[in-house]
Amino acid sequence: MALKIVKGSIDRIFDKNLQDLVRGIRNHKEDEAKYISTCIDEIKQELKQDNIAVKANAVCKLTYLQMLGYDVSWAAFNIVEVMSSSKFTYKRIGYLAASQCFHEGTDVIMLTTNQIRKDLSSPSQYDTGVALTGLSCFVTPDLARDLANDIMTLMSHTKPYIRKKAVLIMYKVFLKYPESLRPAFPRLKEKLEDPDPGVQSAAVNVICELARRNPKNYLSLAPLFFKLMTSSTNNWVLIKIIKLFGALTPLEPRLGKKLIEPLTNLIHSTSAMSLLYECVNTVIAVLISLSSGMPNHSASIQLCVQKLRILIEDSDQNLKYLGLLAMSKILKTHPKSVQSHKDLILQCLDDKDESIRLRALDLLYGMVSKKNLMEIVKKLMLHVDKAEGTTYRDELLTKIIDICSQSNYQYITNFEWYISILVELTRLEGTRHGHLIASQMLDVAIRVKAIRGFAVAQMATLLDNAHLLTGNAQRNGICEVLYAAAWICGEFSEHLEDPLHTLEAMLRPRVATLPGHIQAVYVQNAAKLFAAVLCGQEGAPADSQTAQETSQLLIDRLPLFVQSADLEVQERASCVLQLVKYIEKLQQKQVEVGEEVTALFTGELNPVAPKAQKKVPVPEGLDLDAWINEPPSESESEDEKPRAVFTEEEPRHSRQRHPEADEKELARRREARKQEQANNPFYIKASPTSQKGYQDAPGVDHIPVVQIDLSVPLKVPGMSTSDQYVKMEEERRQKNKADKKKKEKKKKREKRGRGRKGDSGPESEEEDITPAHMVDIVTEEMPENALPSDDDDKDPNDPYRALDIDLDKPLADTEKLPVRTHRPPEALKSPGDEGGGVSEEPKKKSKKEHREKERKERKKSKEDKKKKKHKRDRGEEPEEAPPEEPVQSEIIEVAAPPSTTSVEASDLDFWLSTAPAAPKTQEAEPAAAAPDSAPDAGPDVAPPMSNYSLLAENSYIKMMCDIQGNLQDGSQVVVSIIFENKSDSFLKSMEFNVLDSLNAKLQRPEGAGPHDGLTVPFQLPPGVSNEARFVFSVQSIIMPQKLKGTLTFIVKSEDSSTHEKLDFKLHFTCSSYLITTPCYSDAFAKLLESGELKGSSLRLEGVSMPFHHLLARICFHHHFSVVERIDSCASMYSRSIQGHHVCLLVKSADQTVSIDARCDETSLLGNVLDEIKLTFSQC
Amino acid sequence: MQFMLLFSRQGKLRLQKWYVPLSDKEKKKITRELVQTVLARKPKMCSFLEWRDLKIVYKRYASLYFCCAIENQDNELITLEIIHRYVELLDKYFGSVCELDIIFNFEKAYFILDEFLLGGEAQETSKKNVLKAIEQADLLQEEAETPRSVLEEIGLT
Repeated sequence: MALKIVKGSIDRIFDKNLQDLVRGIRNHKEDEAKYISTCIDEIKQELKQDNIAVKANAVCKLTYLQMLGYDVSWAAFNIVEVMSSSKFTYKRIGYLAASQCFHEGTDVIMLTTNQIRKDLSSPSQYDTGVALTGLSCFVTPDLARDLANDIMTLMSHTKPYIRKKAVLIMYKVFLKYPESLRPAFPRLKEKLEDPDPGVQSAAVNVICELARRNPKNYLSLAPLFFKLMTSSTNNWVLIKIIKLFGALTPLEPRLGKKLIEPLTNLIHSTSAMSLLYECVNTVIAVLISLSSGMPNHSASIQLCVQKLRILIEDSDQNLKYLGLLAMSKILKTHPKSVQSHKDLILQCLDDKDESIRLRALDLLYGMVSKKNLMEIVKKLMLHVDKAEGTTYRDELLTKIIDICSQSNYQYITNFEWYISILVELTRLEGTRHGHLIASQMLDVAIRVKAIRGFAVAQMATLLDNAHLLTGNAQRNGICEVLYAAAWICGEFSEHLEDPLHTLEAMLRPRVATLPGHIQAVYVQNAAKLFAAVLCGQEGAPADSQTAQETSQLLIDRLPLFVQSADLEVQERASCVLQLVKYIEKLQQKQVEVGEEVTALFTGELNPVAPKAQKKVPVPEGLDLDAWINEPPSESESEDEKPRAVFTEEEPRHSRQRHPEADEKELARRREARKQEQANNPFYIKASPTSQKGYQDAPGVDHIPVVQIDLSVPLKVPGMSTSDQYVKMEEERRQKNKADKKKKEKKKKREKRGRGRKGDSGPESEEEDITPAHMVDIVTEEMPENALPSDDDDKDPNDPYRALDIDLDKPLADTEKLPVRTHRPPEALKSPGDEGGGVSEEPKKKSKKEHREKERKERKKSKEDKKKKKHKRDRGEEPEEAPPEEPVQSEIIEVAAPPSTTSVEASDLDFWLSTAPAAPKTQEAEPAAAAPDSAPDAGPDVAPPMSNYSLLAENSYIKMMCDIQGNLQDGSQVVVSIIFENKSDSFLKSMEFNVLDSLNAKLQRPEGAGPHDGLTVPFQLPPGVSNEARFVFSVQSIIMPQKLKGTLTFIVKSEDSSTHEKLDFKLHFTCSSYLITTPCYSDAFAKLLESGELKGSSLRLEGVSMPFHHLLARICFHHHFSVVERIDSCASMYSRSIQGHHVCLLVKSADQTVSIDARCDETSLLGNVLDEIKLTFSQC
Repeated sequence: MQFMLLFSRQGKLRLQKWYVPLSDKEKKKITRELVQTVLARKPKMCSFLEWRDLKIVYKRYASLYFCCAIENQDNELITLEIIHRYVELLDKYFGSVCELDIIFNFEKAYFILDEFLLGGEAQETSKKNVLKAIEQADLLQEEAETPRSVLEEIGLT
């Protein structure tokens, strides 16, 4: 044994350590692979030894090799060994190796569960930390499920170092094991208010990430985040929160309104570019979500655009890029504000950095108007000429086409100009986008009837000069335009001046060098031209000779195509050749054939909308998924590809009945169809995306792109340049304008008194531009009774979809994190009881209650804000409380489920509405609601409620107030007061003042004296209410106290204004210092065991309400949460703002309720108990 | 953040950290592709590029490129800030860091990164705290290591 150790240690001296390995690799540059393979052999030897230090060293080296790209998966088990070393040095290396090398498929991960669990609960925080870090990289669904509970416990660890890590890793756990989200969420939310800023920021991170994917489930957290946003100074946290709001605002426009102000303030004040950029982005998102009819936000837009301009003008390329990027977002909704910066954006086109140029191009897309299109395109054409590098040039080309063709050629006023632009673009030799130009030519020629004559003439010239296009690079992408040219000339041959000449051009021997599909079109359209020649010349007997000559021409030239290697060409050529030969025979017999030949090609083809086929309704009784023949036998399909044994069921996609068998085939067919459509001029590629797909078609990709640098740009002779049109167009517009002005002058004289809009200048000018010719854009054909179809289904494979979970629902009985089963279940301490402590029946019920409540709320939001009566059908709830109960009306307001989340959810509406909803406050007064709702209201009819209670009232104003402790600052209490104007006059200059006591002081702004009042930051028009918050600093919270105060205000009616005042008494109860804090039973048990808490008790007689009502009432009025409930016995917990724990044990039997309470502060406890007593004595 | 790569001007990978589960093959492919694209960019170009459905943020420090992949809604500037923070951390820890420090102490570079980022999110924004955690962990490591010399282990003392 000793010898073995000696040997191991001596080996160790000679072992290479990591540094040696690295050095070695650097010294063996020539035969690196060989050197490393010897190293790996050594490592294998080292791994066989028992000495853990040797192993760790080996694993460390392996980790390095893994990074160099070597496979080390064979050592996975050794890594686990090193991970489980008791020494931190080795453990650290083990976990590092694991986090670099393990992935979901690594099977030894299964073995690590217990080791990780052990490390997580290690007394050393660094052991725990290292395990958490490692886990974050290789967590699998199994690990997530098994360890979720352990990690959740760590979220409440005493050390912030661990809490922080545990919170962050929960996000990974949620992703892998979505079921854990709901049980863990309350604690995660709690961490938003953790005393440690690092933990807080971690929690913000996680919730923001969650909310970004599924924002709607997190709307109820908006007030909390709002508070964090206005109080936090940490830019990292701010950025996350602001990003989160960006995701929330589309769902709740009211939130957007609330955000604008703080965000613009931040934009003004911050010096951090990252924060500024985030704010601008979110403001943009907010403005997009708000309806366009919000003129008062133009200031915010202006601010954003200004700031972005500064970014773009910055010399830092990064800022420039981001500025352009953000600008393009504004462009979508507020194009006007961006258009005024056209100069700047055009300037960016000259930037050295290609990515910036591309961004600027994106922006141009949205900036064009009828007025500036020609000018912008002209600029771009200049850039095309200058551009070095085909990629950028191609990008320019596609952008030009995108810009011109957007929204159905909306901005093109002169199609002759556009056609000549397209023709000019054919000069680009190296481009890959011949297809794109071709499809544009076809599209325009087919859909704009007025332009056909011009287009045909241009195309004929193109065909005539085809040699310039094809050049020596015969497989050049640009020759695709010949496809379009040939087709256009053939189809609209009636516009040709000299069809015979064009026909001749199309049958030149050189054509045979073109790609097959183009030749095929040539042949087919040669036939059309032939028909046109015959028809045009027919009737004039002198021309029968021309006809015969034409036939002869075809008969001479076509054999070349008959020999083509391309099937399509061959077939068409043979057909046409035979046809012509037959015609020639007839011609020799002097038979008139013109009409008959033309008849072959009559009839116009109309364009078909891209999705037309999909929208054809399926006739009744036709099942497209049914097999027409017997399905192929099992064995056959198994031969083709292995079948998954367990196919995932997707009940929603009932149409994918036979997906495995068909999907490949379908994809293949789809591809084939796309290919076909791409080459079919009757398919319109409307969206730019489909065009892109089309460019990427495999047929084009492999074509080698030869770049030719031509010093002199090619000019196709005899062709008008687009510049001419720009000039012409300008002249035309000038003339039009002059005409218009004359007319307008007349009009103006008539209209002067009516007050025309001042700022509509450019707009109206734009509308004035009339197209050069009456353009009739043929719309795409749709089948009759086409069904509207959803274009973008959500991706079913989105990993974040599983996390779309409603978090406001109370936890159900079955929802708890799996806990190791071999641990003996203890009645109170087991963490497994967390969710399950409450017996099943009431839980179910509370769920029902909640659902009911939600329904109610929805209803409520639809209705107005006035007070309403509760009508409900009796039969709905069998468990309803008996009607003879004396305290019904009270119960209505207390029966909310005892969770903070739901209270907040119902408060969201309140928070968002600037004018508080009246019913809530009304219902807070028992007397008001009692008579209406008492008879059959059960626990389920809890309306959204709030804690607001009447503070003071006179004939002018009513004040309702709610007092709550501030969790973040133990000495602060926030008093929210709703001021409601009851009079018919305007209330202004409201001043709120309180006589401070030694213990509680109103926080006044700096510089204000101790007796100065605070100005209420708003005025109240008649009938309006609004809320203001006041912060009090409190020293001791163990005693309740009352503060006297006065509100002074000016009542301003039409003729007079009077000074009025209203006295009030603010009552700070001890309960208002308590904050609802969820507590888990294990922590609760520990608290009680610790022995630091002092006890007290209370007995209430004659309480006849059901037990759960009683609990709800304590929760609601005194801010407790239920820890656990068993039959008619429950434990409850709350915490004061200064961190006192208050624990209650509530038992109920025969109308008697006994409360045993414990707290680390006796007088606080006594006061709370008194308050509880008071609450129940009021019943 | 989806992943972070450190590579040299010669295209040699110096550090890689993946925050999304991917197969080795996929990782290698991505690495190769990104290294090529980033190295091909001219020095005056901006630090961002769109790649697949992600955004790549990179920055060059001396001979090393730091390259992060973030999602579409993520903030590019804060990512640059993260990169910069990490470089500062390395600098503080090694004392004016150079590429060789990272090559020879690559595990330390990982440890620092792990204290700074977790699961792709910044876990500690205070440089002091990160370094403190690392120092303490290192201390723990040394305590475990030093008292036992080789000879002691053999039992010769």
